[in-house]
Amino acid sequence: MNAESKKYFQGFLRRGCQIFFVRAFISRHQSQLRPLNFTTWFLILACCSFLLSSCRLHSGSEEITVAGSTSIQPFADEWAELFMRKKPGLVINIQGGGSSAGIMAVREGSADIGMSSRELKDDEKSLSEIIVAYDGLAIIVHPSNPVSSLTIDQVRSIFAGEIVSWKILNGVDKNITVVVREEGSGTRGAFQEMVMGQRRISKKAIVEDSNGVVREIVSHDRNSIGFISLGLVNDKVKAIAQDGIEPTEEAILKREYRLIRPFLFLTREKPEGLPEEFIDFVLSDEIQSRLPQDGLIPVKKIMAGHRF
Amino acid sequence: MAGGNMIARHEGSDRLIKISLLVVAFSAVSVLVIITIFIFEQGLPIMMKYGLKNFLLGQNWFPSEKSFGLLPMIVGSLLVTLGALVIGVPLGLASAIFLTEFSNRRVSRFLKPVIELLAGIPSVVYGFLGLMFLVPFIREKFGGSGLSVLAASIILGIMILPTIISISIDSIRAVPDSYREGSIALGATRWQTVRMVVLPAARSGLVAGIILGMGRAIGETMAVIMVAGNAADIPGSLLAPVRTLTSNIALEMAYASGEHREALFATGVVLFVIIMILNFLANLAARKQYRKK
Repeated sequence: MNAESKKYFQGFLRRGCQIFFVRAFISRHQSQLRPLNFTTWFLILACCSFLLSSCRLHSGSEEITVAGSTSIQPFADEWAELFMRKKPGLVINIQGGGSSAGIMAVREGSADIGMSSRELKDDEKSLSEIIVAYDGLAIIVHPSNPVSSLTIDQVRSIFAGEIVSWKILNGVDKNITVVVREEGSGTRGAFQEMVMGQRRISKKAIVEDSNGVVREIVSHDRNSIGFISLGLVNDKVKAIAQDGIEPTEEAILKREYRLIRPFLFLTREKPEGLPEEFIDFVLSDEIQSRLPQDGLIPVKKIMAGHRF
Repeated sequence: MAGGNMIARHEGSDRLIKISLLVVAFSAVSVLVIITIFIFEQGLPIMMKYGLKNFLLGQNWFPSEKSFGLLPMIVGSLLVTLGALVIGVPLGLASAIFLTEFSNRRVSRFLKPVIELLAGIPSVVYGFLGLMFLVPFIREKFGGSGLSVLAASIILGIMILPTIISISIDSIRAVPDSYREGSIALGATRWQTVRMVVLPAARSGLVAGIILGMGRAIGETMAVIMVAGNAADIPGSLLAPVRTLTSNIALEMAYASGEHREALFATGVVLFVIIMILNFLANLAARKQYRKK
């Protein structure tokens, strides 16, 4: 809204308010018209709030919007916080919505940067992608579960619904409760790609819509198994070793633990301006050196000695 | 002269109010129209493309493989709703009968607001309580994961209580006292009067209450997602996880793109039609009652 039209608008509002005040005054002296009072005041309130909101629109500041994967979101929130502290006046909007929503948002231009925790599909390859970190995928069970290592084949059979009891896996004689993420989630996509391959995840599996809920259910149900982002494993659940190899940073760097996926930042064209600055900041040592604390793996470490 | 002026002004403001209320009322209706058009516009093309039969009768929901069978969710919705009614209707009717026919005025004056308060609790709270207490209870007592048809039915059964109770109370109170007096004068006991005179007389109102409760149960999402387990499979037992139509939309909408997204709108179309049918039935039942009076 430019200054002139705003002035006009305010003048219009002021006149409107005057009329209403006069009406309110008149009607106060006419007992039959009491109900009008309420309506009048309501209208005045509505006008005022409208005026206020239009003022807020006017005070613009620099702003970038980052949207996408809920796996990346908590980390991106932290990075944005640090970046905003460095550049006062800049506002970074971090939104969730999921990898697919993020990809769509950046294609349509409603987000400056998209976040994806799955590889791009062929028809999405037109976007410019930058790997900002790697995340491991952890297969988790209840801490009391005697089973602590499985082969990829066993994991695949469990999630495909072929192995239904822990007994076959040298565990207790109980049915396995399989917990997975919903269709379309980046974590599920990564699991499908890295573990299941062409196999389908069983229809009988329980489906939940966030890493947090999967972890919550597995931490309470002794017979359950699920998968979540490695960075989100805590002491309430146990991450299963894959062929005897624990999901540690070292094992990941040596490429022994193979369940890892990239965290991608996406832009429509080659990033420039503020989005570029933010991406550079995330790739800087300051942020990359913090990643291991959060359970993520820095990009450079992997790029350095180990090719993917 | 002054008086005539005032009346004219009253009429003017009356008209103003009338027009503004009309605008507000129409904006509410237009929202409904917009939603309807939007859902159908987004959902119908994909239903036509893959065939109505595949959508309604297909048993496999694998959006990534372009397989969009909604049957498990339709069955799931109906099953959970039926379960909710099995739990909610006897409890609700019993409470309503007690509060209108058997309790003294002071007790019902206290109990009725409390029951109505149940309706004000956000559904996520019901879901959370279910997840924290009901699900572990079912897991330990009956086995399985606890996230099940049973858990969802119980939670929904409690959630529809206020609807059923308050509508039942209204329709039982609407039965004229002369009916009761006549019955008791003929030597019937209190319970015989309720069973054979009051309930039949209030029948269509009770049915309307039950159908509205059913509408609430079939539309509920959050609480169901939290306790139902959401497996897209036709449940084999009461302890198996189940996914409803609403859960299907809410669960996957965040990540869905392309045809997957459209298929979720198609889920909305199916739900829309089911709820329309229920509303139609409710109206029919309610109208019947008025005609009787």
